[in-house]
Amino acid sequence: MVGREMTAPLLVFFVLAALAVIGAISLILQKHPIHSALSLIVVMVALAGLYLLLGAEFVAAVQIIVYGGAIMVLFVFVIMLLNAGVEEHTSISKMAGAPGLLLVVALAAFVAATIARSADSIQTTSQAGEMSSTLGISGMIFKEFVYPFELTSFLILVAVLGAIVLAQREKI
Amino acid sequence: MVPTNYYVILSAVLFGLGVFAFVFKRNIITIFMSIELMLNAVNLAFVAFSQALGKLDGQVFVLFVIVVAAAEAAVGLGIIILIARNRQTLNVERVDLLKL
Repeated sequence: MVGREMTAPLLVFFVLAALAVIGAISLILQKHPIHSALSLIVVMVALAGLYLLLGAEFVAAVQIIVYGGAIMVLFVFVIMLLNAGVEEHTSISKMAGAPGLLLVVALAAFVAATIARSADSIQTTSQAGEMSSTLGISGMIFKEFVYPFELTSFLILVAVLGAIVLAQREKI
Repeated sequence: MVPTNYYVILSAVLFGLGVFAFVFKRNIITIFMSIELMLNAVNLAFVAFSQALGKLDGQVFVLFVIVVAAAEAAVGLGIIILIARNRQTLNVERVDLLKL
């Protein structure tokens, strides 16, 4: 793994990974929520590119359509509807700064240590890229996972009803 | 071929940044967006392991996660609109009805 030359997929990975991380950092640094939302769209498009690199075309398309399209449009719509302004900072957030940063670093170190320990147990068996992953996914959704799949339709129905009840004008 | 480790490390970094944003941001909409960022990081790990193991289960799970995220966004933004209407603010520090 060490000392290999820079192949094209590796180069694409690093470009997309840098784009995703920069977008995520920009989400944190931006003061206005609309700028954070646009940064999040950059992260999601970069992740869609990574899914394509992994040979998951269907997931990449769903990522663009559902996340980049529907969910982020909902976010931007709500930000504009509520006329959200620049975020105001309070003294509490500054006080929580040092311990919070420490805990985030500890979490990242813990995750990295777990990955490093379990890296050898993941053996790359076969390359799934040969078979069309969309064909395989559709087979799995409608055969093995058909019951959870039907449950998700019920979940969406409940979510739609909940959103309607929450957003209606009358006092609840 | 890109090693699976790289994807998982990127996923961990994105998840860490999501946790960071969740803890530090004060705007309720930005906090909600950081939850979406964490869900995306987990999705990346799912797809990476799905490719490493040569099985498609991970990609099916990602589709379910995306469906749940969409439902969560619909309900969560409804709650945010309700909070903004009742409290006239989007700052989580000012939403303190349950605070002693």
